Amino acid sequence: MDDATLKNAASQAGDTPAGVVKGGDDYKYGFTTPVEMESFGKGLNEDVIRAISAKKNEPLFLLEFRLKAYKKWLTMKEPNWAHVQYPAIDYQDILYFAAPKQKPSLTGLDEVDPEILKTFERLGIPLDEQKRLSNVAVDAVFDSVSVATTHKKKLMEHGVIFCSISEAIHEYPELIEEYLGSVVPVGDNFYAALNSAVFTDGSFVYIPPGTKCPMELSTYFRINTEESGQFERTLIVCAEGSYVSYLEGCTAPKFDTNQLHAAVVELVTLDNAEIKYSTVQNWYSGDPKTGKGGIYNFVTKRGKCLGKKSKISWTQVETGSAITWKYPSCILVGDESVGEFYSVAMTNGFMQADTGTKMIHLGKNTKSSIISKGIAGDNSSNAYRGLVRIGKNATGSRNFSQCDSMLVGNRSSAHTFPYIETGNSGSQVEHEASTSKISEDQLFYFQSRGIPREEAISMIVNGFCKDVFNQLPMEFAVEAQKLLAMKLENSVG
Amino acid sequence: MLEVRNLNAHIGEADSVTQILKGINLSVQPGEVHAIMGPNGSGKSTLSKIIAGHPDYSVTQGEILFNGENILELEADERSRKGIFLGFQYPVEIPGVNNAEFLRMAYNQRRKAEGLEEADPLDFEEILDAKMKALDMDGRFKERAINEGFSGGEKKRNEILQMAVLDPALAILDETDSGLDVDALKIVAGGINRLRGPSKGIVLITHYQRLLDYVQPDFVHVLSGGRIVKSGGKDLALEVEKLGYDWLVK
Repeated sequence: MDDATLKNAASQAGDTPAGVVKGGDDYKYGFTTPVEMESFGKGLNEDVIRAISAKKNEPLFLLEFRLKAYKKWLTMKEPNWAHVQYPAIDYQDILYFAAPKQKPSLTGLDEVDPEILKTFERLGIPLDEQKRLSNVAVDAVFDSVSVATTHKKKLMEHGVIFCSISEAIHEYPELIEEYLGSVVPVGDNFYAALNSAVFTDGSFVYIPPGTKCPMELSTYFRINTEESGQFERTLIVCAEGSYVSYLEGCTAPKFDTNQLHAAVVELVTLDNAEIKYSTVQNWYSGDPKTGKGGIYNFVTKRGKCLGKKSKISWTQVETGSAITWKYPSCILVGDESVGEFYSVAMTNGFMQADTGTKMIHLGKNTKSSIISKGIAGDNSSNAYRGLVRIGKNATGSRNFSQCDSMLVGNRSSAHTFPYIETGNSGSQVEHEASTSKISEDQLFYFQSRGIPREEAISMIVNGFCKDVFNQLPMEFAVEAQKLLAMKLENSVG
Repeated sequence: MLEVRNLNAHIGEADSVTQILKGINLSVQPGEVHAIMGPNGSGKSTLSKIIAGHPDYSVTQGEILFNGENILELEADERSRKGIFLGFQYPVEIPGVNNAEFLRMAYNQRRKAEGLEEADPLDFEEILDAKMKALDMDGRFKERAINEGFSGGEKKRNEILQMAVLDPALAILDETDSGLDVDALKIVAGGINRLRGPSKGIVLITHYQRLLDYVQPDFVHVLSGGRIVKSGGKDLALEVEKLGYDWLVK
């Protein structure tokens, strides 16, 4: 083990680190947690990757996976085709591993730093046995490391595996070796390659054949350290005839520097299996007045419908991050497989979002639907980018896309970039798009009925997003509506 | 209850200002029904929007008092919660927002402002059903988005429904009769007459005498070129119907 690259960054204990933005706007998750952290030095080289792998005591195949990705990454360039602008990122100025200092192996929650438990409690995610949500199992990821996974025992009774990916690497190496990188190859794109080289934790789910997962599974991501990047990796495999609904939530403290979040999520469904993956993303989006700080959310999410009649459904509500670059996609390999993408992307302040999906139809009679709702306020920019590709053997396939944008105020912008490629004549692709603006007359109508302006906007926007919110599990739909209302409050002049 | 004094107002900014109201005086007491008539472009709709608080118009002179309070500085929603209702000539469509939910929200905003308990969806449904029945409205109105795909007549009936639910102290109805066939007109007039009472003020803005056959006004005013050129009793409406506006406008 290369101890030379290990250093102890315990400076955060106690006082607030420099650079934390105090007070001000209403991002209520903007606090930091004073815990003793352990990290490697800033920057990336082969030694750091070896050190991460050694630190986590990984099998050889994984080290090789990382090194292959790293070599590939060195030859790649940051993508610049997205409709976003930001200063160049110095990849040598990032902490690639930051973890709360703790005993090498945790046997129970009582060994987790109480400060971290408190953090998740403040975020509304209680991890201890008595208070946890009875129907949702949670994997909590703090900076780079999974700190707790709840409800494990109950899930195990059904044969469902739900644990941190680090644990899965040790406990289920054959599943990891088979599926990791099978949907998003190590060299898929710049950020995915970087993630494959340095990912430190994330969640793993395996649902055995014929099993409907007895509860919602969920991961909660929290970035706490100012200079750290978060590179988590999620892998979900649904065996024949199984089903799972998976939720993901994210927040981060307010810093006036930018943090990089480059996650990879891979989903695999075998014959007749279904995965429903929902995200409510509320990373810190930077100062709404100056645009300073916030998360760069450069994420690769992709699902492979490998089996016949299998289905993958992405629902995302994106309300945070300074920049979002994200295209949850489906590769429809199995005949009659189904891909769905439901998205609400809301930008305000100086946020920039370039988000959408890719639906790649390879199997026969495959179906996909896309419903995207973009809302842009203040000085923000909101782009939908989507690809629908029907392969030449994917006869009898169908796609329906609907992309609507709504502008709030006069300084924001909305863009739509649809790409459609059809390789055979026996398939059908439909695309509808609209752009609307909340009109002064609509607001006056609400106001003349006694409904204040902010609530009117929130009602109109929620109405606009209804088709997507309907896809979310109940509690999360309510949460998403509140989140949107909160974000919009300051966006209206 | 409503005192409009020397009201002057315009629309537009800097070099493209259009003066619309040029010194309007109007006084509405509880229990009274006033009709405001006048040719197209005389400022009737503008007057109603300004009383309700539309942000597009600038009041350059004069004041509007509601129950003794100057309301010019209040937002439209605050005026509404104080009991002013505007029935629109052209109600806007709001896709995606459910009509019944919208009504309940409006109703509860009003209850909240009066320090009363808010109605839950079930209680409100009862209130709403009763009002809808009185207006001969189909239950499907509740499921539809606000005014979306409504016919002209349906939109107007929806306005009267909102008025019935909110039970305002002062209702200003801007050409609520236009675009209605006789049956619909009778239903709408019935809704207005149900609101009428010793504590309520009603201002009907209309082009035609027709509505006034069903809702008898106490006073009639003729508005032209941004001024009230003549006021009188209900007979004035009949004269206007017979002679047109020309003799008043000159």
